[in-house]
Amino acid sequence: MTLKSRIIPVVLLRNGVVVQSKGFKRYQRLGNPTTIVRRLSNWLADELIYLDISSQQIYDLGRDDLNFPNRRSILEILQDVAKHCFMPLTFGGGIRTFDDVLARTRAGADKVVVNTQALNVPSFVDVCAKEFGSQCIVVSIDALRGANGSWEVYAQGGKVPTGRHPAEWAAEVESRGAGEILLNSIDRDGSGKGYDIALNRAVVGAVKIPVIACGGVGEWAHLAQGIIEGGASAVAAANIFHYTENSVYEAKKYLCERGLNVRKPTLGI
Amino acid sequence: MARIGLIDYGAGNFSSVRNALDYLRLEVIELRNRAHFETATHLILPGVGAFASAMRRLEQLNLVDELKEQVLVRKKPFLGICVGMQVLASLGREFKETLGLGFIEGTVDKIDGEGHGLRLPHVGWNELNLIRSSPLFARMNGVPTFYFVHSYHLLPKERSVIVATCEYGTEVVSVVEKDNIYGVQFHPEKSQHDGLQLLKNFAVM
Repeated sequence: MTLKSRIIPVVLLRNGVVVQSKGFKRYQRLGNPTTIVRRLSNWLADELIYLDISSQQIYDLGRDDLNFPNRRSILEILQDVAKHCFMPLTFGGGIRTFDDVLARTRAGADKVVVNTQALNVPSFVDVCAKEFGSQCIVVSIDALRGANGSWEVYAQGGKVPTGRHPAEWAAEVESRGAGEILLNSIDRDGSGKGYDIALNRAVVGAVKIPVIACGGVGEWAHLAQGIIEGGASAVAAANIFHYTENSVYEAKKYLCERGLNVRKPTLGI
Repeated sequence: MARIGLIDYGAGNFSSVRNALDYLRLEVIELRNRAHFETATHLILPGVGAFASAMRRLEQLNLVDELKEQVLVRKKPFLGICVGMQVLASLGREFKETLGLGFIEGTVDKIDGEGHGLRLPHVGWNELNLIRSSPLFARMNGVPTFYFVHSYHLLPKERSVIVATCEYGTEVVSVVEKDNIYGVQFHPEKSQHDGLQLLKNFAVM
């Protein structure tokens, strides 16, 4: 089989600025929304997940010294980002309506991530999959491991418990037409301790659609664990890709050297 | 000079293809009705989503006959991407049986994933097996690798139209070519170097 395991940087946008996240609570500013994408595209990332985690609808960068306009709407930012992105672009955050999905795909997103709206109105997944195709609809699941060792799905950016188990919820959204699952571990987010492998295995075993592991990567070995032990079709991470020079290249090199089936490390478009 | 007619019939990847062509500094005209087909030297039919809805939209916009005229009679170079390739077939079987453009004899069926223990959609980067040479693959280094995302695939009746395949449990026809008609199952607009090169190669035909 020659299908490659995908390595996916995640970019988190908060009120117009790219940020680092820890535990879905603390955020550190990293920089402007398009230069980071251009860099990741040049480093030949396999795909990009771009999540708008703004709590208010404010996208002013507050910087007039940068040589580009201060963008005010998320769609304008997306259009800018898409112009530099010759890799698949998955866009999420605040998607509540059919028109939200339409606007984002027209602005250049190849896939959209839905999370809270699917939890609130599960038939939203059916409606979107039917019109845009399953391949366009990625359902994101934010899971927190409780004191008893089991997991619970949280809505609204990790704030509201839903009483759902991530494996059951994944199976339900698959049956409703979701094309992929983006699986986040809230407690591993920003920890650098590696993926919650047991969580990944539980969800991978419950569905036949691809699962993207996310949350907790602190070294390249964690990506290998996500693929080999977690069974993920794709491995995603945010912070590590922003803080390491030539990060995507280094990640691919590490995985290639260990015999994993990923795209060969090269640089430059 | 190429003047690429990019058909806008509501396909999800329209903007992405437009961005890639702009990056390559190619002249593009967006085609939304029959009016401007005449001025295009090349035609690209993008596509994401389901076979039936793609054909429905082409019919609603009255583009089927125009496409037949431009591609089969005027012989303009034509590139179909993803579902834009699939609708070249005579028949699609996604959700319900739907007639396609019929430029390439064959059907579009679901990939047999379960039989092979594979996940669907087939999503990610896959290497091509080139079966015969094609101008689409000029100036590429190494094994061409492209980004795929689909659950259905084109099964041509004549194997002679197959230029390249990839492997996903079963053989997945990835590139077809018949005279001036080209179809790619993957997304060149999202396949970085190889993808941009393929679009450039198409534009100089």
